[in-house]
Amino acid sequence: MLDQALTDFPPRRRERLAATKNALKRILRDPLGAIGLTLVVLAVVSAVFAGVLTNYDPNRISPMVRFAPASLQHLLGTDHLGRDLFARMLFGGRIALSVAVGATAGSLIMGMVLGLIAGYGPRWLDNILLLIFDGAKSFPTVMLALTLVTLSGPSLLAVVFVVVLVSVPGYARIIRTQTLVMRSAEHVIAARSMGASTGRILRVHILPNIVGPILILASMDVPSVVAIEAGLSFLGLGVRPPTASWGTILNDGFSNIRDSYWILIAGGLPIVLTTLGFTFLGETLRDVFDVRLRERS
Amino acid sequence: MTPEMFRYTLKRLWLGVIIVSLAMMMLFAMIYLIPGDPASVALGPRATPAMVEALRARMGLDQPIWMQFVHFYGSALRGDLGTEVLSGRPVLTVVMEQLPFTLALIGGGISWSVLLGIPLGCMAAVKRGGFVDRVVGVLSVAVIAVPSFVVAIYSLLIFAVALEWLPAIGAGEPGNLSSQLEHLILPSLAVGIGWVGYIARMVRASMLETLEASHIRTARAFGLTDRRITYSYALRIAILPTVTVLGIGIGQMLSSAVFAEIVFARPGIGKLVYEAISVRNYPIVTGALLVTTILFVFINVLADVVIGVLDSRVRSSFN
Amino acid sequence: MTLLSVKDLSVAFHTEGGRLEALKRVNLTVPANRIVGVVGESGCGKSTLINAILGLLADSGEVTSGEILFEGDKDLTRLGSDQMRALRGQKIATVFQDPMGALNPVLSVGRQMRDIQYRSGLSRQQKNERSIDMLRKVRIPDPERRLVQFPHEFSGGMKQRIAIAMALMMEPALLIADEPTTALDATLEVATIELLKDLQRDIGCSVLFISHHLGVIAELCNEMVVMYAGEVVERGTTHEIFHNARHPYTRKLLACDPARLSRREPRLPTIAGTLPDLRNRPQGCIFQPRCELADEVCRMAPPDAAFEGSHVARCWHAEATMAGVSP
Repeated sequence: MLDQALTDFPPRRRERLAATKNALKRILRDPLGAIGLTLVVLAVVSAVFAGVLTNYDPNRISPMVRFAPASLQHLLGTDHLGRDLFARMLFGGRIALSVAVGATAGSLIMGMVLGLIAGYGPRWLDNILLLIFDGAKSFPTVMLALTLVTLSGPSLLAVVFVVVLVSVPGYARIIRTQTLVMRSAEHVIAARSMGASTGRILRVHILPNIVGPILILASMDVPSVVAIEAGLSFLGLGVRPPTASWGTILNDGFSNIRDSYWILIAGGLPIVLTTLGFTFLGETLRDVFDVRLRERS
Repeated sequence: MTPEMFRYTLKRLWLGVIIVSLAMMMLFAMIYLIPGDPASVALGPRATPAMVEALRARMGLDQPIWMQFVHFYGSALRGDLGTEVLSGRPVLTVVMEQLPFTLALIGGGISWSVLLGIPLGCMAAVKRGGFVDRVVGVLSVAVIAVPSFVVAIYSLLIFAVALEWLPAIGAGEPGNLSSQLEHLILPSLAVGIGWVGYIARMVRASMLETLEASHIRTARAFGLTDRRITYSYALRIAILPTVTVLGIGIGQMLSSAVFAEIVFARPGIGKLVYEAISVRNYPIVTGALLVTTILFVFINVLADVVIGVLDSRVRSSFN
Repeated sequence: MTLLSVKDLSVAFHTEGGRLEALKRVNLTVPANRIVGVVGESGCGKSTLINAILGLLADSGEVTSGEILFEGDKDLTRLGSDQMRALRGQKIATVFQDPMGALNPVLSVGRQMRDIQYRSGLSRQQKNERSIDMLRKVRIPDPERRLVQFPHEFSGGMKQRIAIAMALMMEPALLIADEPTTALDATLEVATIELLKDLQRDIGCSVLFISHHLGVIAELCNEMVVMYAGEVVERGTTHEIFHNARHPYTRKLLACDPARLSRREPRLPTIAGTLPDLRNRPQGCIFQPRCELADEVCRMAPPDAAFEGSHVARCWHAEATMAGVSP
């Protein structure tokens, strides 16, 4: 028990590399996992290299080429202001993914802090926090988002705040449960009996053991974050025009729905592909890593 | 209803009340923590300081925060959610006028999800690992993933604009049921399609579990037909878990309904709030949030109680 | 007259670990109006045997050889699923081990009893009357009122009696009872056995009674079959087997029965060794790895040695066991 507590450190680098390779192989063996991973890589690459992949400025208005259908010049056509839709789609991906990453990271950090406090702290604090989680989760998401944006004015920050507010309770609850389980695990009790501080126990013994499952859950939540950003931007309550976001492109397309359908494709297709990609990947990750779920099926 | 069930119901109701008051506290905190003065937000940038002061006084914003807090709770308890800034009508009345439209939309969404999800889940479970099972598996993940407003926009584009099979906007003529139903088809599909996936997956999983039970073997040993065993012996048990998640589903469908109402230009809470935002009619927004939150919380309480009643038969038979 | 005769039946399952021979060359007969006991440890193939007779083998299972003749001419292994379903519940009824889970928890007892009469052509009212009669026969008090109740409103013993009532309601020719008393306590067990005996006499059906409880078999059955690792190692009348066991396994099984110990033992005797892996059966005699009499000849498949009456033992040394084995 003591040995286990002492050697319970992250595995060496080479082992980790081998483990990653092995996991990747298992993900790719599942067709859904392979599709998911491909779509996610595609979304990330196209957002990161948006500036390289197109020569067009996503916001440049060209009245001469309004509503141009797809062609070699304009891979996805142009919108009602003659802006190149392929460029807008690529740059819109930057907004979507940075909100997804930023908001998910923010929710994870807050969720971890609150979850660890609830799980490791005194009982009364746990009860109060649980009630607060329930309270925060009781708002219908979009209604809450609309209210917050009304109060604060539309902005990207407001979108991030909405996402954090609606997803923290979920993460915090899971981390709380895991912490409660880990708290009574043998190596944690051993470490405590040797006089390890609470901070150290949390950092060394509890966190590393719950990070994996939480990250998988977070990857499955990316689609709903993308949906909230695009949805609010579609309503004109997220990103301000003329900034390109998949939501604002959809809004442009929706306003001109009888004139051209390709604006809707440029806005909707990346949303569909990204959400599918993250969901397929997340499902596969969960099946590959989550031992409990695997045993049940 | 047994005494235990009655106590359980009371307990769940009480918990619902606590959660709603907590949610109200959070709403109050948000209103006062978020920078920006509701009165100036309501009046817009061109208002004079004197106008803002007058409105602040009328909204009670000039009073100390604890007074406002007490006032906020007290009036909410009396059903007074404030008055609409422009017309002066009570917010509760305005919200309640729109609520039936939204509920109809959610009802439509539930119908789609139940009518498609349960048979699909059943079929997948009965032929486990077969072609149908695999297709249903992938499709249900896909429809859960794709945001409902994208489904709404695309179904509008395809079925209303391009094919012209179904009407694009509005809720249909008042009093004309078939026209109203026709207008309900696309928006409710957009609202419910994600839950078709959820329900199909849940029913499949619990159906597989139920089909393993020994009473199913008994039914087989008595020569009952597979159809009867699946649909009236196993399904009755397998759909129980979906009742609990439907409560959560209604909350999520409310979110989808907001978008569907805006996309299909239907009356309802979503459209009401959306339009209120653009004219900065801010009591409507918070009022609608409060009403829908209360609705959501108590629907979940109801779902818990219903599952409790249904489940007690199942549970006590395994004790 | 023979009601059921299983001849050289072999059943295999396709599992992830390979092919598993669950039953191998099983022979047994159930004469009309008789109670035949099947005894053996868990995992000996009793459940597979029942499922094979009922035509309810899992999808991965398959009858690889042999036949199950019912009422002389019908081979149950060859019947279509609809013909098989027509026999189940009508001619062949079953009572399962677990009375708690044997009834559907969300349907009323009356509904379930009505449903199994769907082929009778009776009206709803008549079906209910028959159900009430049957419940009265199994001594459920106040059956009229009880009919609308759900399974959880009955005790375990009552549920098992309801299961028996359901099984016997259609007056089947064969009742398969799969450890029907195992989950009950001792007093209920005795009462249930008595009830089964009475009803069997009334209806005049045959019973295939599966149990691992030797005392119950001795009490109830006219004939018995001893199974080990998917094979019938010995069969005969109950009297023959209890007094004149020929197979080394049977003798050890009898010696291990706590009810038959002649004096108090600090430890219950057990049979040394474990069940063989059915995916990888030993060559020759199935019991040979655990048998004290095993020798060269046991490496070959043993014959079914016949003795007086219907007594048969699948052993090379069946003659020798009389004197040989000390348990």
